[in-house]
Amino acid sequence: MEWQASAGLAALQARARLLRQARAFMDARGIMEVETPALSQAGNTDPAIDSLSVVLPRERRYLHTSPEYPMKRLLAGGSGDIYQIGKVWRQDESGSRHNPEFTLLEYYRVGYSYHKLMQEVSELLALLIPALSAAPVFREYRQCFLDTLGLDPFSTATDTSVLAACAATHGLALQGGQDRLDRQGWLDLLFSHRIEPGFPDKSLTFVYHYPAAQSALACVTEHEGHAVACRFEVYLGSMELGNGYQELPDGAANTRKLNQDAMQRSREGRPSPAIDRRFLAAMTSGLPHCAGVAIGLDRVLLCRLGEKRLERVISFAWELA
Amino acid sequence: MATYNTSEFRSGLKLMIDGDPYVIVENEFVKPGKGQAFNRVRVRNLKTGRVVEKTWKSGDSVEAADVVDREMEFLYNDGEFWHFMVTDGSFEQFAAAESAMSDAAKWLKGNEVCTVTLWNDAPLNVTPPNFVELQIVETDPGVKGDTASGGSKPARLETGAMIKVPLYMDQDEVVKIDTRSGEYVSRVKES
Repeated sequence: MEWQASAGLAALQARARLLRQARAFMDARGIMEVETPALSQAGNTDPAIDSLSVVLPRERRYLHTSPEYPMKRLLAGGSGDIYQIGKVWRQDESGSRHNPEFTLLEYYRVGYSYHKLMQEVSELLALLIPALSAAPVFREYRQCFLDTLGLDPFSTATDTSVLAACAATHGLALQGGQDRLDRQGWLDLLFSHRIEPGFPDKSLTFVYHYPAAQSALACVTEHEGHAVACRFEVYLGSMELGNGYQELPDGAANTRKLNQDAMQRSREGRPSPAIDRRFLAAMTSGLPHCAGVAIGLDRVLLCRLGEKRLERVISFAWELA
Repeated sequence: MATYNTSEFRSGLKLMIDGDPYVIVENEFVKPGKGQAFNRVRVRNLKTGRVVEKTWKSGDSVEAADVVDREMEFLYNDGEFWHFMVTDGSFEQFAAAESAMSDAAKWLKGNEVCTVTLWNDAPLNVTPPNFVELQIVETDPGVKGDTASGGSKPARLETGAMIKVPLYMDQDEVVKIDTRSGEYVSRVKES
């Protein structure tokens, strides 16, 4: 029987050091550590993320996919800057860079712009990944497409047939028919298969100004005539490490977003957890101007150790758990 | 029709793609933070041996290929087909066409236990044993005592295969060959 850890002792020690360093970084900046529930009555309605649920004798509860809703309830209640390090769960996300259960560092800075938060995240990651040698690169989502593929992702002329043709030109054949992706699906395919692999290995890449359709709970703004999300992702090489927002403060806008997401899920015939009414009530009461980010610490550890597969840095990976 | 969901993908799984049977070499789950998830998969075509990369939308179902590996003993070649018998005592026999034999043919003289890959109950591919012992039928005369120079010379084996053997080897001697590399391993002493 295979009972030993999938990670070696050196990786376990490195994880302990990484957690200490992350907490010291937060502590030095006066960011308070908090804990919020892992099992909630409501769940995440984000169309791209599936929650795991637990059936109790009288109700179903959802394992959180990130602590975003309750942390924002704390912020609305006047907590000030807060961070949390904890386990989160996402269904069917499994591979060399995905484990359905993983450790997330999520934190919020009151009064920060997402640009200022990107700077701070680059300092945090430089501390946690000493091998980073070059200064971070900042690139707009649109510019990534223009530079790599010569396509403008925001132009209405760039429709699904143009995107499909571009994918074919770049040797990307989607199995099961070309008509099964929507416009954003094609952009996701091209971004993950042809743009991310070109990011540098020794420096962080911050991608920002995503299409408004991918804003999630970030503010949307007008930039050079396009509606863009005030949202960023940070990469090392092609590995996504974190995702940050200028947080959407408006109660009505948050309500609209969650309802839209829930409707999209039901159109796609996927189960939709109950919408988090307590979160929406908190947003209506008022979220302070703030920016927040969620960073996958298992992947950060992977980069720190130069390992290739998550099971090498997780004590007992999914198959052994 | 059996199918696999992309969440079941793992190395070794056999799939039907565009009418051909394939085996998964490596499966990678790819997901941009807020977007569509994909499975980027390296697959080997079991008919041609070529490895290619394919991408599926995560959550898709893919037809399973009815492909199994079975141990079979090589019986004889009738000039057109290569005949095999399953080693499980059932005496069940299969005939493999030239296309399924590829490199395997040149290492077989009879009675070797091979791995025969069946697709829809027809031999698709034949893998010979990792090591075979065959007699040299033609080579230059052996250089006596030359066991140190490391030189080699061509030799024809009883199955017709050509390999390189050390200079000291002689006609009628038996050699052990690694069929995966096609290289000489050692001299087999007459018993």
